[in-house]
Formats: sequence, structure tokens, C-alpha cells
Amino acid sequence: MTFKPEHEIHTRRKGRNIGVGLMLAGFVVLILALTFTKVTNGDFELPKAEELTQ
Amino acid sequence: MADASYTTPVGDYDTQLGDYFALLKPRVMSLVVFTALVGLLAAPVSVHPVIAFSSILFVAIGAGASGALNMWWDADIDAVMRRTAKRPIPSGRVPAGEAMSLGLARAGLSVMMLGLSANLLAAGLLAFTIFFYAVIYSMWLKRSTPQNIVIGGAAGAFPPVIGWVIATGSFSVEAWLMFALIFMWTPPHFWALALFMKSDYDDADVPMLTVTHGRRATRAHVFGYTLPLVLLAVGTGFTAIGGPLYLSAAVILNALFLKGAYDIWRRDEAQAEADEYRVEKKFFRLSLWYLFAHFGMILIEAMLRPFGLGGW
Repeated sequence: MTFKPEHEIHTRRKGRNIGVGLMLAGFVVLILALTFTKVTNGDFELPKAEELTQ
Repeated sequence: MADASYTTPVGDYDTQLGDYFALLKPRVMSLVVFTALVGLLAAPVSVHPVIAFSSILFVAIGAGASGALNMWWDADIDAVMRRTAKRPIPSGRVPAGEAMSLGLARAGLSVMMLGLSANLLAAGLLAFTIFFYAVIYSMWLKRSTPQNIVIGGAAGAFPPVIGWVIATGSFSVEAWLMFALIFMWTPPHFWALALFMKSDYDDADVPMLTVTHGRRATRAHVFGYTLPLVLLAVGTGFTAIGGPLYLSAAVILNALFLKGAYDIWRRDEAQAEADEYRVEKKFFRLSLWYLFAHFGMILIEAMLRPFGLGGW
């Protein structure tokens, strides 16, 4: 199995790509923490069964 | 739409992450974060730390979005002003269209996420603030009236109100007092800057007060606008967000600020040029500390309140 040699643009933009990747990962963690907080904080209520059937 | 079509050759330069960061006006953003945080913490309702952190982050992203949209629209002005010529678009580090797309995407993201993390009123207020800064101020007022920074200053004054609304879900007198403090502070702050950044606004054809009404009138305006600001800033000390610590600091700071504004008013151009605008530059530096200290003291009063120490 052969891999193509890495294109020059990937090495040139490595710092930028890592930065974007870290920001996206941070965003995912933030959404997770926010969801967890909202669900456990009493702000969130599951719809009642009768509301779902109406 | 000459402004929007303004482009600079980016050439072979690869835009770095730092260039995108500079597009967000990080110094303005830091002031937005600080004042929004003070608004949030001074409110009489406690907020879960995760919700507080994420909400302030989304306000910061929204502020960055309006900064990017402002830089996109004003790229032609920025290119001819010494103070702004090195910004990412005029210096050719970020293509103008990319700045616009990033600004719009971040604006949408920040408003949507603030609505989810805090409440719809805070999200609506953030959307209005971005619209006010990017459209009302940048696209309309800045190039058409010498009152540009007086009315446009409202955009910078909204963050503590947003912070307060994140916590309480409603408006109150205290939130509007913090709004008024920044709103009244903005004109003397920027006019002092316009006095010593002498040719910048002339070169860019921006109708700053120094250009349209002359430098003598600008000096009078700095002093004239400082008077109600001083009354407001000291008066806030007697309200629910004030207290003895705030009041003590406000009396000292406002005495210094009033003295600085009076000195600017009394001087003429010959005196200012002789000492290279020493008084105007000193007043401008003081104005930065002035706002930071007032909000810092509101924060300290709020932090001490649970221990029975802050406030009256």
C-alpha cells in the first residue's frame, strides 16, 4: 500500500489546520458541557406522554 | 458600493490563524468581554459557571464578528489611515471577501448559540448590537455625520446590558446605567484620539468632528461631554450597583478626568503642537483606565455583596 507524498500546501498550512482542529474540538467539548449542564440543572423538561400523542 | 468591492492583492501569502484573530479586533473584544462579564456578575441572579462562560464566549464571538464586518466594509478607509493601515485586509493578509464571510458566519453562530445557552432576549440584543455596529455605525453613520461616534458609541455600550440580560432575562435601570456610562464615555475618548491622530481622519475623508467643525470645537465638545459623564459616573455610586468603594474610586477618577478635559479645552493648537499633544495623549490613556476602573469597582462591589460588604 502506497501513500501519496504529502502536498506542500499541507506542510505550509499545518499550524493553521491544527489551530482550526483544536477550535472545533473545543467547540464540541463546550456544547457537551452546556448540554450536560442544561439537562441536569432543571432547565430541561422532557415532554409529557400525552403531549406527544396529541 | 466602492467599499465592499475594495480588494487587496493577497498573492502567495498564506493567511495565518493570527491574521483571522486580528480580524476580530481583540482589544475591543477584551473590553466587550470584561463589561459583559461585569453586567452578568453584577446582576442579582446567580448563573451556572458553564452557562456564564459559554454565554460570554458567544458574546465575544459576536463582538469579533462585528469587528470583522467593520474591517471588511472600512478596508478602503483603513488603508489610508496610519493607525489602521496594518490591519489584516489593507495589509493584504486576509482577502476582503473572506473577512465578510467569516463575519457573517460568526454573527449567525454567536446569536444562535447565545439563544441556546442563555435566553432569546440576550440573543436578540446581541443580534441588534452586531447590526448596529456593522450597518448603522460602519456603513451609515461613520461616513455621513460628525455625530458618528456619539450615536455609534451605543454599539460598544450594549455588552453590559447583554451580560445583565443573560443572568436575569430582563432589563433593569442598573443595566441601562452601565450602558449610559460607556455611551457617555465614548465621545470624549475618541475625540481626544482624533485630536492627536491629526491627519488620519482628514486623509480618509471621515467626517470626524475635528474635520467638520475644527479642532477648537472638538476641544469644547470633549469638555462639554465630560460634564454629564462625570455626573452620571459619580451618581451611579449611589445606586444598587454602586457602593462606598465604587464611589471613592469614581470621585478620584472623575476629578482627574474633568481636569484632563478642562486642560484640553483651555489649550490651543500651538500649545498642543509644541508639546506633541502631551495633554491629549495623557487624557486618552486615562480614559482607558477610567472605564476599566469603573467597571472593575462595580465588579468588586458585586463580589463583596454575598459577604455583606459590597453596596450600601
